[in-house]
Amino acid sequence: MKQPVTALLIVFLSIMGILILNSAFIVDQTEQVVITQFGEPVGGPIAEPGLNWKVPFMQEIHSFDKRVLEWDGYPSEVPTRDKKFIWVDVTGRWRIDDPLKFLQTMRTEANAQTRLDDIMDGITRNFISRHDLVDIVRSSNRILEVKTRDEDMSGEEAYEKINAGRDNITRQILEAARTIIKEYGIELIDLRIKRINYVQSVQYKVFDRMISERKREAEKLRSEGNGFHAEISGQREKELKKITSEAYLAAQKIRGQADRESTRTYGEAYSKDPDFYAFMSTLEKYPETLKDGRLILTTDSDFLKYLKKAE
Amino acid sequence: MEINLPSGEGGLKLPEFKLGPWLVPLFLVIVLLGSVGSLFFQIGPDEVGVVQRFGKYVRTTQPGLHMKLPFGIETVKHVKVTHVFKEEFGFRTVAAGVRSIFEGREGNSKNMRTSSGGDPFLDESLMLTGDLNVAIVEWIVQFRVKDPMQFAFRIRDPRETIRNMSEAVMRLVVGDRMINEVLTAGREEIQIEVEQKLQEVLDSYQAGIQILNVILQDVTPPDEVKPSFNEVNEARQEKEKLINQAWEEYNRIIPKARGEAQQVIREAEGYAVERTNKAKGDAERFILTLEAYRESPVVTKRRLYIEMTQKVLPGFQEKWFLDDAQKGILPLMNLTAAEKGRSEQ
Repeated sequence: MKQPVTALLIVFLSIMGILILNSAFIVDQTEQVVITQFGEPVGGPIAEPGLNWKVPFMQEIHSFDKRVLEWDGYPSEVPTRDKKFIWVDVTGRWRIDDPLKFLQTMRTEANAQTRLDDIMDGITRNFISRHDLVDIVRSSNRILEVKTRDEDMSGEEAYEKINAGRDNITRQILEAARTIIKEYGIELIDLRIKRINYVQSVQYKVFDRMISERKREAEKLRSEGNGFHAEISGQREKELKKITSEAYLAAQKIRGQADRESTRTYGEAYSKDPDFYAFMSTLEKYPETLKDGRLILTTDSDFLKYLKKAE
Repeated sequence: MEINLPSGEGGLKLPEFKLGPWLVPLFLVIVLLGSVGSLFFQIGPDEVGVVQRFGKYVRTTQPGLHMKLPFGIETVKHVKVTHVFKEEFGFRTVAAGVRSIFEGREGNSKNMRTSSGGDPFLDESLMLTGDLNVAIVEWIVQFRVKDPMQFAFRIRDPRETIRNMSEAVMRLVVGDRMINEVLTAGREEIQIEVEQKLQEVLDSYQAGIQILNVILQDVTPPDEVKPSFNEVNEARQEKEKLINQAWEEYNRIIPKARGEAQQVIREAEGYAVERTNKAKGDAERFILTLEAYRESPVVTKRRLYIEMTQKVLPGFQEKWFLDDAQKGILPLMNLTAAEKGRSEQ
């Protein structure tokens, strides 16, 4: 008698539990939910987090993330307007803006990711191929202002003025994609070019160019070195000549002054009696200049006249 | 064989135990213990707890022991707010330590960078500069959680978001610079600009992330180009060397020349002193002699003449004295013999 009542109670409680579990659902702070009844959406999407109720078994919940979601495209090979082949890798951030529309068009996030890949790839190609490479790499003409010919490392094309710039092009891509993607209940929050690289074959050419430019620079430095060396050597020669010649000049001047002074001294002294000076200096010079060899004197010389006769 | 278990009066007696009446209390105890487990939670010193009731955010708790409603009614997310996170670009720290081991980096990397396939993270670090050259830029980004609410609920994958946007912003900034700026002088500027722009981007997502630092690590030209960059450095050294050599030569010669110039001048000065003194001396002597000579000119003149003759005569090997009447003696003299004899001496 007691046993069946307990059993019945257990069965009833179990059914109630299942019903409650099936009708209650939690909407997380990070989620938004769409309820469908036999596949057909009922009521608006629920974005407010908390405990919610639905009709058990008949209604199904579809929860979608409310947060900013990531999208990272595959790198694609695109030619630019100036016929340069580059890899472009684009990344973006999006959010499920209208979960109802999203459910109808995409159903799952994975599906949305592949759709985004397709759409973004097309749009990116369109915009990239409409611009020159410099336009995609640079955002401003800043480089033209800071550039000095001295450290010039690239061809002329690198220093062309840009019209749009990376910032603008990405913004254009973003705007274009945003309108298309809106149809899927998705808001595209941001879009950026993550990577741009040359394709392998172009890259090698760029490397070659960089190498040749570096070599040129090295050559320039070496020749500058030799130039400075020669200049300093020249400077040295010049200074050397200047120093020696100036010394010569000064020395000659000093000697000249001394000669002048001594000449005057001699002049003043000797002019007191030029004849006596002539006599004196000649006599003084004889012993120095007359020697060796044969001396022939006639007896009428002053020295020998007494040899002949003492007068 | 028969095993006789000890039984009978002296055997072990098991107490009578019935599970039935204990079932409900036991169940309650388990439930209670379980609820205690899910009733308390601990928040570490470097984090805050974000509490959600039925998925809805209700409160944020600070470090310490806290209570919440059990059985999944309230859940806690731990958000590390003081922790500084780090993301590496172009390389990975395999094992951090006093001497960290890196991957995708020169030096102690596991796989050396070969032509282009060596570095597994080359894709991250290879970028185009504004002058359409290629540079390899490695950097790190340090960040922390600024707003735990936003961090927990606003973006799904904060780490991936930081990674993607760092790369995008770094390339944007590097794309506006010349390779020489990127490799050398512009580092500081690039770090600051990337930091600012990345913060702007993250704020626009309301990511709740504060960028603390963007620090450039190895910034190099690509491997293929590196030798030629080194060549430029070498050439620069060579240039310096040539200039130094030239100055060395200059310094070796010029000061010496200055000294020698001084020598020449001093010598001239010496000559000048000597010359003037000599002149003065000679003049003095002449004047004094003249004075004496004037007192008795004839005798003095003769005396001086004879004195001179006395000095001169011993200097000759041969002395011929001829009478003044004798003429034409030259043919008689054996000049050649005399010449010969002299040269033989």
